[in-house]
Amino acid sequence: MTVIATESLSKRFPRVTALDRLSVDIGPGVTGLVGANGAGKSTLIKILLGLSPATEGRAEVLGLDVATKGGTIRERVGYMPEHDCLPPDVSATEFVVHMARMSGLPPTAARERTADTLRHVGLYEERYRPIGGYSTGMKQRVKLAQALVHDPQLVFLDEPTNGLDPVGRDEMLGLIRRIHTEFGISVLVTSHLLGELERTCDHVVVIDGGKLLRSSSTTDFTQTTTTLAIEVTDSDTHPDGTRAVRDALHARGVETQAEGAGLPGAGHILLLTAQSEESYDLVRDVVADLGLGLVRMEQRRHHISEVFTDGARNDSDERGSDEQRKEAVGHGG
Amino acid sequence: MAVEQPLTTPAGDQTRIHDIGYRGYDGPRLGRAYARLSLYSQSLRGAYGLGRSAKSKVLPMLLFTVMCVPAAIMVAVAVATKAHELPVAYTRYAIMMQAVISLYVAAQAPQAVSRDLRFKTVPLYFSRPIETADYVRAKFASLASAIFILTAAPLLVMYVGALLSKLGFAHQTKEFAEGLVSVALLSLLFAGIGLVIAAVTPRRGFGIAAVIAVLIISYGAVSTLQAIADVQNHTSAIPWIGLFSPVTLIDGVQSAFLGATARNPGAINPSSGQGVLYVLVVLGLIAGSYGLLMRRYKKVGL
Repeated sequence: MTVIATESLSKRFPRVTALDRLSVDIGPGVTGLVGANGAGKSTLIKILLGLSPATEGRAEVLGLDVATKGGTIRERVGYMPEHDCLPPDVSATEFVVHMARMSGLPPTAARERTADTLRHVGLYEERYRPIGGYSTGMKQRVKLAQALVHDPQLVFLDEPTNGLDPVGRDEMLGLIRRIHTEFGISVLVTSHLLGELERTCDHVVVIDGGKLLRSSSTTDFTQTTTTLAIEVTDSDTHPDGTRAVRDALHARGVETQAEGAGLPGAGHILLLTAQSEESYDLVRDVVADLGLGLVRMEQRRHHISEVFTDGARNDSDERGSDEQRKEAVGHGG
Repeated sequence: MAVEQPLTTPAGDQTRIHDIGYRGYDGPRLGRAYARLSLYSQSLRGAYGLGRSAKSKVLPMLLFTVMCVPAAIMVAVAVATKAHELPVAYTRYAIMMQAVISLYVAAQAPQAVSRDLRFKTVPLYFSRPIETADYVRAKFASLASAIFILTAAPLLVMYVGALLSKLGFAHQTKEFAEGLVSVALLSLLFAGIGLVIAAVTPRRGFGIAAVIAVLIISYGAVSTLQAIADVQNHTSAIPWIGLFSPVTLIDGVQSAFLGATARNPGAINPSSGQGVLYVLVVLGLIAGSYGLLMRRYKKVGL
């Protein structure tokens, strides 16, 4: 089953081309839509909601044509905008009830669904207080709740982690995951950070300049290159802990690189390519054998720019050949 | 067969919250017309501060009281003095109280539309089944209804009072009906002008000032010009000047067709030709403000 399908979808404004012959099929589950600012993400969502006509091509959402069935689509999908959209002087409950009714829910159902949805996104007693006094994280939850309150089949989440601190970010990503696994609602989530979507999404679509750069499942993305960053303490026996670990890993046949000069942590952080789960164990054992403290071992977040630079390089080097481009981008993830 | 549970449960169980997980919704979805009606009733209630903070109830309720008290006093006077006619005609009441009505519009029109624009709530509406036209109609209708309630309530007080003091039923009913038609037109006109101004000024303060400027200052300016024309014996110019402020427009329509006496200096009623022009201008302004609102919201989009 296809949730979203576009076929050479183009949107041209007098001065810019926001979408350029975009053809993509998106199935159920959590799908990340990645692109730099101005890549055409918001334009695509607008077209998919049936609010802005495409210049060329066609698109279907839940099997409905966006050009003719916009109203029906909007009844079945939810939308969480990127920007602030909440009036400060009403409570979350009042606001979400009103939005539920705007989606066509009868008054009683609107109230029940609001209470349920706010609880699911993690808003409890504070839901009776005016929204003006909420933290950014709580506001994001209210925005999410209004998109889910009418139990849509699909939600569009536009940059839901914007402005959140790392903990809030992780909580939001966990919530997004639950929207699909527990609520059974498909998700299209946009971000300009590829790394954060890798962990959340089943499928990632990368667009740049309105063109499809890559569409694949996240396992393809991460399998080839999972970079681990390691930082260790020094000890009396090993005054340079980093060096000791590097040598020990090297003795076991694992190549490492130092963090690029100029970046924070240069000289202290080792990067290595994790081939499988065993790599994590290996690092743990090596560090433990040396009697050092492991300060950090984290997956490096790939920034979307890596995909772009590879894509761009490919474009200029080998103009036109789609197959080669796919390959090049595949290694860029 | 289910066995009945004992009524007393262990203390620990009473405080336990059961997570029953996510429940879907498969009840009715009532669609556009229902959403439009919900938006209308929410906005209408909001125009009187209902369902909003106590602070936002003060001004509309105060203005509503200020509108009704003089009517009640007139009725009391008419009953006490056993007068044969109410001291003020139904059609004249709204013109007499124009400053209060204008203040109400200035306060509530920005409340109705600027909030959604300023806090960018509009995209949330348009990502739902309703269309631009639904939103504009619901907002227009709700503000017009709110102004109609404000202006028709004192007329109702006067009418009930007149009937209680046994003034002629047929005569009173006819004049009351004419009064209602007049305030209905006034409500649509003021709502249209107020909303257009508020929709282009997302900052509430500017919106209030702009509405006051257009409604009250234009009336002051037109009245002054009419007074000058009257002093200089250019009385034929008076109805023409009256076309340039909302209050005098309504005054012109009702003095041409609804049995009212013009409230302009010199009490010059427009001719029936001019009356038709007045009606056309009023209807044109109402339609024009609807058109402008539609254009404005087509642009806002997401």
